[in-house]
Amino acid sequence: MKRLVPLLAYLLLAGALLLLAPAILTDFRLSLLSRFCTFAIVAVGIGLAWGRGGMLTLGQGLFFGLGAYVMAMHMKLDDAGPGGVPDFMKLYGDGKTPGWWEPFRSPIVTLLGIILVPAIVATVLGLAVFKRRVKGAYFAILSQALTAAFAILLIGQQGTTGGFNGLNGFKSFFGYAVNDPVNRRLIYFLTAIILLVILAGMAQLYRSRFGELLVAVRDGEERVRFLGYDPANIKLVAYVVSAVLAGIGGALFVPIAGIISPSDVGVVPSIAFVIGVAMGGRTTLLGPAVGAIAVAWAQTSLSENFPSFWSYFQGGLFVIVILFLPGGIAQLPTMATRLRRRPKPPADPSPIPQPRAAEPRAAEPRAAEPATTSAPATGAVA
Amino acid sequence: MSTDYLEITKLHVEFDGFVAIDSVDLTVLQGDLRFLIGPNGAGKTTLIDAITGLVPATGSARYGSTELLGRKVHQIVRMGVGRTFQTASVFEDLTVLQNLDIAAGFGRSPLSLLRKRRSVPPEVEKALTAVGLESLALRPAGVLAHGQKQWLEIGMLLVQDARVMLLDEPVAGMSHEEREETGHLLKRIGADRTVIVIEHDMDFVRTFADSVTVMHGGRVLAEGTVAEIQADERVQEVYLGRSVAAITEEVG
Ligand SMILES: Nc1ncnc2c1ncn2[C@@H]1O[C@H](COP(=O)(O)OP(=O)(O)OP(=O)(O)O)[C@@H](O)[C@H]1O
Ligand SMILES: [Mg+2]
Repeated sequence: MKRLVPLLAYLLLAGALLLLAPAILTDFRLSLLSRFCTFAIVAVGIGLAWGRGGMLTLGQGLFFGLGAYVMAMHMKLDDAGPGGVPDFMKLYGDGKTPGWWEPFRSPIVTLLGIILVPAIVATVLGLAVFKRRVKGAYFAILSQALTAAFAILLIGQQGTTGGFNGLNGFKSFFGYAVNDPVNRRLIYFLTAIILLVILAGMAQLYRSRFGELLVAVRDGEERVRFLGYDPANIKLVAYVVSAVLAGIGGALFVPIAGIISPSDVGVVPSIAFVIGVAMGGRTTLLGPAVGAIAVAWAQTSLSENFPSFWSYFQGGLFVIVILFLPGGIAQLPTMATRLRRRPKPPADPSPIPQPRAAEPRAAEPRAAEPATTSAPATGAVA
Repeated sequence: MSTDYLEITKLHVEFDGFVAIDSVDLTVLQGDLRFLIGPNGAGKTTLIDAITGLVPATGSARYGSTELLGRKVHQIVRMGVGRTFQTASVFEDLTVLQNLDIAAGFGRSPLSLLRKRRSVPPEVEKALTAVGLESLALRPAGVLAHGQKQWLEIGMLLVQDARVMLLDEPVAGMSHEEREETGHLLKRIGADRTVIVIEHDMDFVRTFADSVTVMHGGRVLAEGTVAEIQADERVQEVYLGRSVAAITEEVG
């Protein structure tokens, strides 16, 4: 039963994405959904890093952008033909392709780059941050500052990155015309299937020993240290995986949206990613992905009808979720059952752990002791 | 057997000028169940913190031929030196089994970490039995009673096969029966390990200690068998701030 519910939910999602949506949605809506699926891929990574690992990654736009720009560079070079120079460089640059663009002419280097560039950047950042035991709000602020810096860097390099306008006007995606409706459907299926495969992989990861260890690090980093692990390594793995997922999401976003620009990778989209995850339920498997799609969907439909209303709505929704539904939408079913079943007074589970007759403790609580330390003694079950 | 001992010399810990451990010498042999007693604030916990790398210290703390001071917390654990905490700290969201499995796992290869736990590893099985939590194996650790959490923590050291165990008030807050059980468990564990137990309750110390070290104000005040300690006048003066008369009465 416990295993059946997530499996059913997964199959429902798969059915909705692969059968229902293509059958009932117009091409335009389906293309929007493809875009939301790329956000969902990013969200799955945030679920891992934040929900399971306790690292509030407010800067996934950085990795989303790295994956996206690698893909966009390839598509630009591909459009320019063998040895050709991307169009915007002739306008703003010196009319030559810079050396660091060249490797991405190769589709294989591009595919590797989509994975490896975010992975390497995340490894370097993660090592610097986690080994120094930076965490909590400091980590969140740092990751956000880096994203902001990345966006500013992109804007400043108009000749090589397209600057404020970003990279756009793509014609083909690995040889397929991007504006062809049939190809756009294919890209939708590709994205949805990648999302589902990633979710299946994540389910496996959550059930693995690593998944248990990650939760242990989240709930008691110091305690894990005293079991012989270096928590920095465990967090690093989760962080790098989440970065790679953001990179994959970014890479898929480019052929779907037809553009990648600094405004897609900066602070604002980074926060939007997190909001979707928080609303869906960050500790669950499907919550982040469903939340990301739902929030993006709501944003599009609301801003179509009430253009200036969305940011208030988003803010309000966020506050409501944080205050009343810290577990996100995924918490609703359990909340409902709990409300329906009147809570019985629990049979007292604690065999009278009387505080011992000693003087009041002078040295407690101590900052150096593990954060897990639970309220000792009385009533462990609430 | 003789290489298995903990030898602390001239250990010194300072917090912003406040000397919490003042030139402490202490040697504990394998199989000698050592109790560490002393009034609140004597520096007992800080001593364990220093040995396990939680607070910086000068001097020396050697296990066999290896120096422990200056190493990272997780490296010290990997050398076979484990500890528990005064306030039980287990992973409340994980089951008893998962807690033990994580404790057993620091030597696992990255690849095996990516796999699911399919069976209960034998050392986890043994530890579960040793601490008597078999029937609770699949319950989240958060629902355990305080005493059971302490047992779970001891179990986590057992699955690691820690050679040196430093237990900070493991029986505090336990019922009389639970204390008895824990005492016997400590005896069994201590037979082939180097164990230091911090404890306040003299009754408990009397029943289960092989030897006792008394700390006061960051220093070692006395050391010896239970009888020797109880006869020591300085101990009677400082211990728990009680009058000599009260102590003699209790001892008497
Ligand atoms: N991290 C710290 N920073 C500052 N002072 C500390 C720190 N840890 C301990 N102390 C001080 O060092 C002294 C020794 O504390 P310690 O916790 O070792 O005593 P203890 O013998 O374990 O006492 P108890 O029986 O209450 O557990 C106390 O005065 C305490 O206030
Ligand atoms: Mg103490």
